[in-house]
Amino acid sequence: MIEARSLTKVFQDKKRGAVRAVESVSFRCDPGYIYGLLGANGAGKTTTLRMLATLLTPTSGGATVAGYDVVAQPELARANLGFLSTATALYGRLTAREFVEYFGRLHGLPEDTLAARREQLFARLEMNEFSDRRCDKLSTGMKQKTSIARVLIHDPQVMIFDEPTTGLDVMTARTIVSFIRECRERGKTVIFSTHVMTEAEKLCDRIGIIHGGRLLTEGTLGELRAKHGQNDLEDVFVDVVTQAGGAPS
Amino acid sequence: MSLRNIGIVYRKELTDALRDRRTLISTIVVPILLIPAMTVGLGGFISSMIKKAQKDVPPIMILGGKDSPRTVEALEHLPSVRVIPASDDYARRITNKELRAAVRIPPDFDAALDHDEPAKVEIYVYESDMNSEIAGGKLQSFFQTLRQQTIEKRMAERNISMSLLRPFEVKRENVAPPEKVSGAMAGALLPYLVILMCMTGAMYPAIDLTAGEKERGTMETILTSRVSRTHLVIGKFLLVLTTSLTTALLAVSSMWLSSQLAARMFTEQLSAKGGDAAAQLHVALRANDLLVVFLLILPVAVLFSGALLAIALFAKSYKEAQSYISPLMILVILPAVASMIPGVELNLRLALVPILSTSLVSKEIFTGTYHWHLIGVIFASSCVYAAIALYAAVHMFSREDVIFRA
Repeated sequence: MIEARSLTKVFQDKKRGAVRAVESVSFRCDPGYIYGLLGANGAGKTTTLRMLATLLTPTSGGATVAGYDVVAQPELARANLGFLSTATALYGRLTAREFVEYFGRLHGLPEDTLAARREQLFARLEMNEFSDRRCDKLSTGMKQKTSIARVLIHDPQVMIFDEPTTGLDVMTARTIVSFIRECRERGKTVIFSTHVMTEAEKLCDRIGIIHGGRLLTEGTLGELRAKHGQNDLEDVFVDVVTQAGGAPS
Repeated sequence: MSLRNIGIVYRKELTDALRDRRTLISTIVVPILLIPAMTVGLGGFISSMIKKAQKDVPPIMILGGKDSPRTVEALEHLPSVRVIPASDDYARRITNKELRAAVRIPPDFDAALDHDEPAKVEIYVYESDMNSEIAGGKLQSFFQTLRQQTIEKRMAERNISMSLLRPFEVKRENVAPPEKVSGAMAGALLPYLVILMCMTGAMYPAIDLTAGEKERGTMETILTSRVSRTHLVIGKFLLVLTTSLTTALLAVSSMWLSSQLAARMFTEQLSAKGGDAAAQLHVALRANDLLVVFLLILPVAVLFSGALLAIALFAKSYKEAQSYISPLMILVILPAVASMIPGVELNLRLALVPILSTSLVSKEIFTGTYHWHLIGVIFASSCVYAAIALYAAVHMFSREDVIFRA
């Protein structure tokens, strides 16, 4: 389970002064569900997710990941968390196997558990063919599979995906999308951020629309359609953002 | 503090570094090849250039001297120079290096010598050009011999003993033991070299493990793992310290080996010149001295590793980190080079100046002088500076405005 309570993040900028990147964002996602954060570039999605992943400390408000407070127990929160984004790259000079094992060890897995888990994951993701190849020699698809193995090696309860398909080709993006679905089927709590409406429609059980750092509305796809009298999610998004006084992207 | 996690990070960083060509070059290849290249290679090259220049028979010009056939003939018969016909553009030709030197013999020079009259010979050279200076030196040596012979002749004609002109001789002799002399040589050069190598050895990995990771996008990946930032930075710091000390140790070993090699190569020619120059070239490094110096260098390497990690982490990219760190080299070289400046003596105040104190005390240790109270002060103060640098690195890793600086 993941719960954000009035999450707020203020950055100090030399030119602009205090910048409120995220303003009192609250939502909750239970195991076996996908919560989608839908927003344009710069809306505050990445900052919100970075606070949930304990990479950034909230200025005010708080959050729990699998029951652990992200501020008071960041290491325990991360121990139950898998974080994947296009910004989380691989160590080019390590092989895919070494890379995944490195993260398994850092998560405190005993060697025998790590070996069993790695074999299982590599077989499921069809990685055995390239497991001993250096990451900088892998194709984009192979890299994504290695990243997926990295976030799954410690079998976390909560998964966070920050625009995971940005810049990927159709086939690689499909691998990621089907992997996110699989996470839900396995009972994991999934938070997924995107600015691609079709992805959000296809994947998310609940959607929150974020703009200017504020969560403007949230609900199931059906609830959002009914609330805003629009059939298409893109129209719902434009309607919500326009009403909030912002320009839709 | 989880030693297990620090160990995991360290092992990973070590594997990564051993596969990185740039780290291997800066840590291993540079100290192993650069030092012999500088000592044996460059020394040998310069020595062979000087020998070649000395063996060469440079073209020279005699200006004037038509009424002094005796001197002109003696010059023309000098085997070490080749006389070419005189011309007015001698200065231009010396500048263009077609001609190495010229000598102007004043009118009636031979007659002046015979009649005890004063005369002035002028030698023209291109200063700072080695070949021209050597040619000028040969001409000067010819005229010095001629002057000596003239003096002896005049004294003999007047029945005056030569001892009147040289009432006594002065001879200077070295009484310092050869190992002290060689220790002074090693003591001046070694601290500079070791401190510089500690810095260069730490520089590349420190950038690669911080700004490099930010640039490649792996910093965010590792921060999402369970490992705490303190364990992460200590693991990285230990790797940087390892490369720093490895580079310094390889540099010292390489220097010792090259000094042995250089001593063998140059022994013959130096022995031929007499004196104990050959013995001086033999750098006698004692194990005890090296151990104490290593202990003093250790906090300096910690200081470099911590400070470089903290500074490089602030940068967004590899290039930006390089632009921050490159000027620091000057800050390190200046105090490190103090050991090579004559007259800079270690005292309590200087013992508190980082790098400079280590450089000066190492020089003293290599010459067999141990000021234990100052060594204690230097070690303690260096440890304090090292702890501050390490704390700065750990602190920088906890600052999200640094880690996610955009």
